[in-house]
Amino acid sequence: MNDTASSVASSGAAPGALPDGDARRKLRRWRAVKDYFARYSVGTFGVSVIIALGLIFVYLFSEVAPMLRPASMSVENRFPAPGGIDTETSYVTVNRHLELAVRYTTDRRVVFFLPESGEVTHEVDLPLPADAEVTAFTFAEPRTEIVAYGLSDGRALVARHEYNERFSPTGRQYRPAVFYPVADGDDPLTVVDAAGRSIAAIGLQRGAGGVSIAAALDDGTLRLVRFEERTSFMTGEVTVRRIVHDLPGLPQGAQATRILLDITGAHMLVGDDRGFLHYFDIRRPERASLVHSKRVIRGQDAEVTALDYLLGTVAIIVGGSDGSVVQFMLVRDDDNVNQITFIREFRSHAAPVTKIKPEYIRKGFATADERGVVQIHYSTSNRTVARERVGDSPLPVIGFAARANALIAVDDSEQFTYASVRNPHPEVSVGALWGPVWYEGRSQPEFVWQSSSATDEFEPKFSMVPLTLGTVKAAFYAMLFAMPLAILGAIYSAYFMSPKMRGLVKPSIEVMEALPTVILGFLAGLWLAPFVEGHLPAVFSILLLMPLFMIVTAYVWTTALAPLVRRLVPPGWEGAILIPVVLVTGWFCVSLSPFIELWFFNGDMRQWLTDVGITYDQRNALVVGMAMGFAVIPTIYSITEDAVFNVPKHLTQGSLALGATPWQTVTKVVLLTASPGIFSAIMIGFGRAVGETMIVLMATGNSPVMNFNIFEGMRTLSANIAVEIGETAVGGTHYRILFLAALVLFVLTFVLNTAAELVRDRLRKRYSSL
Amino acid sequence: MAKRQLATTSRDNPGVKAWFGQGTPWVWLSGGAVAVSMVMVIGLIMLIAVRGLAHFWPAAVIEFDYVARPGDAPVRVIGELSRSETMTAVAMREAGFMVPEDQELVTRHLIKQGNRDVTGRDFVWYLEDGMSEWRYPRDIVQIERLQWGDFFGYLRSYEVDGVVVAQGDDARAQFEEQLAQTSALVTQIGRIERFDIGNVNFRMERIRLRERGLELTVDLDPSRREAITAQLAAERAALEAEHEVLEAQRQALRQEVGRFAVTVETMGGERVTIRLADIVHAWWPNDMSVAAKLVHYAGEFWKFVSGFPREANTEGGILPAIFGTVLMVLIMSVVVTPFGVLAAIYLREYAKQGPLVRTIRISVNNLAGVPSIVFGVFGLGFFVYFVGGSIDQTFFPEALPSPTFGSPAIIWASLTLALLTLPVVIVSTEEGLARIPSAIREGSLALGATKAETLWRTVVPLAAPGMMTGLILAVARAAGEVAPLMLVGVVKLAPNLPMDSNPPFLHLDRAFMHLGFHIFDVGFQSPNVEAGRPLVYATALILVLIIIVLNITAITIRNHLREKYKSESD
Repeated sequence: MNDTASSVASSGAAPGALPDGDARRKLRRWRAVKDYFARYSVGTFGVSVIIALGLIFVYLFSEVAPMLRPASMSVENRFPAPGGIDTETSYVTVNRHLELAVRYTTDRRVVFFLPESGEVTHEVDLPLPADAEVTAFTFAEPRTEIVAYGLSDGRALVARHEYNERFSPTGRQYRPAVFYPVADGDDPLTVVDAAGRSIAAIGLQRGAGGVSIAAALDDGTLRLVRFEERTSFMTGEVTVRRIVHDLPGLPQGAQATRILLDITGAHMLVGDDRGFLHYFDIRRPERASLVHSKRVIRGQDAEVTALDYLLGTVAIIVGGSDGSVVQFMLVRDDDNVNQITFIREFRSHAAPVTKIKPEYIRKGFATADERGVVQIHYSTSNRTVARERVGDSPLPVIGFAARANALIAVDDSEQFTYASVRNPHPEVSVGALWGPVWYEGRSQPEFVWQSSSATDEFEPKFSMVPLTLGTVKAAFYAMLFAMPLAILGAIYSAYFMSPKMRGLVKPSIEVMEALPTVILGFLAGLWLAPFVEGHLPAVFSILLLMPLFMIVTAYVWTTALAPLVRRLVPPGWEGAILIPVVLVTGWFCVSLSPFIELWFFNGDMRQWLTDVGITYDQRNALVVGMAMGFAVIPTIYSITEDAVFNVPKHLTQGSLALGATPWQTVTKVVLLTASPGIFSAIMIGFGRAVGETMIVLMATGNSPVMNFNIFEGMRTLSANIAVEIGETAVGGTHYRILFLAALVLFVLTFVLNTAAELVRDRLRKRYSSL
Repeated sequence: MAKRQLATTSRDNPGVKAWFGQGTPWVWLSGGAVAVSMVMVIGLIMLIAVRGLAHFWPAAVIEFDYVARPGDAPVRVIGELSRSETMTAVAMREAGFMVPEDQELVTRHLIKQGNRDVTGRDFVWYLEDGMSEWRYPRDIVQIERLQWGDFFGYLRSYEVDGVVVAQGDDARAQFEEQLAQTSALVTQIGRIERFDIGNVNFRMERIRLRERGLELTVDLDPSRREAITAQLAAERAALEAEHEVLEAQRQALRQEVGRFAVTVETMGGERVTIRLADIVHAWWPNDMSVAAKLVHYAGEFWKFVSGFPREANTEGGILPAIFGTVLMVLIMSVVVTPFGVLAAIYLREYAKQGPLVRTIRISVNNLAGVPSIVFGVFGLGFFVYFVGGSIDQTFFPEALPSPTFGSPAIIWASLTLALLTLPVVIVSTEEGLARIPSAIREGSLALGATKAETLWRTVVPLAAPGMMTGLILAVARAAGEVAPLMLVGVVKLAPNLPMDSNPPFLHLDRAFMHLGFHIFDVGFQSPNVEAGRPLVYATALILVLIIIVLNITAITIRNHLREKYKSESD
């Protein structure tokens, strides 16, 4: 300040030792400006830093929020059927860029059109004979894009459309075409029944082995035609073999209305006109049998009006004339026989269901009814995510776009309604995240976390329960290990320890706190886990013998040795005296370990555990408990020590003066007074254990199991994030669920810490008032 | 103190019951808890230190004859003893060893026998009972190679251009002499590959990006476009010529070093020829004086901290990891210090103290307890995808779809950790500010200084050590943090350092290597965990040392400060 003043004075024109009034005023103003500037810039900085920290919560929430938003469907355009309204639509779908759509008609045409406007771009005539009538129509899994026509002369046509997109500088160009995948030489038609009986219902599927067609002829015969594809090892050439099997018929009087074939070629389901679903085992078609029949509609006079497989051909959706939408699956019973089993029910329509349309790449589907309402459902999460009335007349046909982001509904007067669908996260519901879910291929509802797999038809399983349980499990065992050590140690340090030893212990504990968890995790995974596995008896004998030996040492020391060496070792160094005891006990137990195994566990405790029926993983909760306990000890220790040390001296002195022993004073006075502090220490320690990532990542197998077995691993929320977030699609459901996990961790630890902080704050006030 | 007296006055031999009644055993047990904790901390650090430091010591190579099952012909085994353990015979049989029926306990030794390319197994367990006496032949040579790990064997001959020039002791002398020269050449090749060719490639990529940028600029008149295109083509041609020269130079050097080789006999009697170009270092561990071993030790340690990793990180050095860690922490400090300090000054000196500020203070404090992975997730979503993605769209459209800033990078790692350590700095600075006696502030104000002047000239300098403590603690925490870094910038192997001689010298958009992640990667994701194990311990030791030194510095400063202000306020 002085420098500035003098420099101003020397540069000023006025003579004299002091600056003149003008310069002083200027200087004052300048200083005021600086002060003002400092005040506001510091203020802005401070506030912005605090906002930045708050931003974390806001941002995490903003990434999670889209999952909460409901799906929506909005009608974009209506137009009369492209290719003419004088024929019926059999099938309609839109390509994945929403640029080209296709319509199959009953008068044997395939019409390609622009989905936005309905303008026809291409038309293909199907090579169906003019003298036969189309009596049945079906489609395989949407992603295969194949359909089949059944004819009145016992023949069938399988057709596949291709958009043939090409990239050019001006945009995508299409040259759509129709192929006949099972063409027999030049003849695209395939003979199902040589006798020429009419096909009443037809089923079609394309699996790994090739295309299969199943047909119900008008006299009730069921017939399976398989086109077995074989790829030659040498040339890579594909040869197709056509095999025809006759299948056992339906029960007397039942008329097949719909036939479903699955992609593995093992199952066939036939719906009949009485509301029954019949399951045929066709793994060996020559020995095919009707395994199970079940009425899949509840009302006595209700009928099954729509029936289809979802993606992957495991889940069966049944729509009824009573408007019900129900999911069934084949589930193995106790005798290992597949039974048609009720899984879940979706929101019903008010009118009979006319059509069920599965999505191409997810386990979702749409249903339409006779009053022009379309609903979109999702199987795993048991949600009906959207409901939209697109008209008033029945909707016999609906079609999804390949990415399920648009939908075409066709009404009975052949009016097309093109609607865009925004449905990014149907997989999420409270039930799917936190409740038991009956997943495909499982025999009962379960809690499973399995976010991805190699196959396209995989059903993502997003149950947070195994992860939450794993988190609690890891934290629980860590606390079990850390709490006694940290709290007892803190009481001793604060109350009994000599100041000199305290000066050594406290920095060591602080170093312990600073040790990177990656190092603890690495030691736990690579050193401790194999060690524990090889010396299991040692771990448990240490647990028993350590306190025992300590007490024995204490007894010997205080009763026999103390008079002799008291002068050498002052009071408050009991901990130091015990260090050799700890070392010797540890060494003793480890060397004793093989002998204990020989004496009590037939020579191998691990094997013994397995024989008793306890699963043992090398990287398990015991190891995590120790490693994470190690990481948590300093946190609990410091806060407890602080709380105990600050108990007002007059309380303890009063207690001692009244004749209580030091330990009585500790338990009856100190601990009672400091208990809120200890409680908050435990909470903060727990919070740290819950969020710890590296130790769990490295010291467990990271398998999301659902138990509390100390000899098995776990997968925690935090480790799960670390493992999976790098591999998720940005903005996808999996990505957002991981953000949800992060948000849960954030909120949980924040609440724990805040509660602990408030408790400590109150304790501090109480101490000062005492 | 009175209570301590009481604790041990029980010397007049009371009954066991009375002794328990007084609670003395519980006092001892609580003392035991401290003892256990201390043993754990010190034991852990000792474990890391011993294992980490032992890695560089040229351990003796043992030779013994091994009989796997009675009646078999003995097999000669040479190698380094890795570790030993005693197990029950049952467990051992479970593991597939032949153990006689009457035996109950078995000791086995893990022998590092190297020669991964010859035998396929470089670490093998041997039962003690099948071993003959251990011998320490002086002529066993241990060769560290660029690939396939170490080689153990007996040097038989030394060859130049495929012709044997020397055998026996003579071979050893000539081999050692030539190896020194070859190593220098190999280093030179490495330098050409890493720096010179790397530099050319870097400039080549810049030209590619400029060409792509040119394509993307629509409103450019054709003549100008042509001029730029021609210029870029010329530059590219020049670079290609440069590249060819370097390539020729490299080839010549390679040819030169490829001339020399040695033939070594393995423990199985097989003769293997190793080119000198593939040899990093060779030594005769059983034929070294202590002084020679110390020199070897120092050399190995230096190579470890100054070398680049090889063989999926399980061999070689950790320079990129050390470099990455230090640079990341430096950038983080540059960000976190002003923000943390100013926020603390605001909270303590400017903000009106009331329930709101108290809430903020508690919240900031609690943020320190929020799991680090949460910050990682935030960093990935916000910094990498949102901010980085926007930067790419705006400034680097020519490089798209490959991201420039829109992928994990050192800048995002630093910013994420800055956010993570912000509470540490704020809390510590606030504590420093709170400790300054108000008399000092009031004195300054009373002399007519404005608030800003009081702050910057008296309060802040006095609180500087507190800020220092905060910063050191923040650095220590950041250096050891791994979980968030895995999401926002760390990779297992970064081809380029984030700082080099290519402009703009500091490449904030590059991913980097980190000591902590290196430990995780080598220990858990490497193809050969056993071979990498000593290296992990050594890396862990270096990380622990850095962190302990930082922490002890911080603790010392803080304790010193407390004493100082205690005496001043008295």
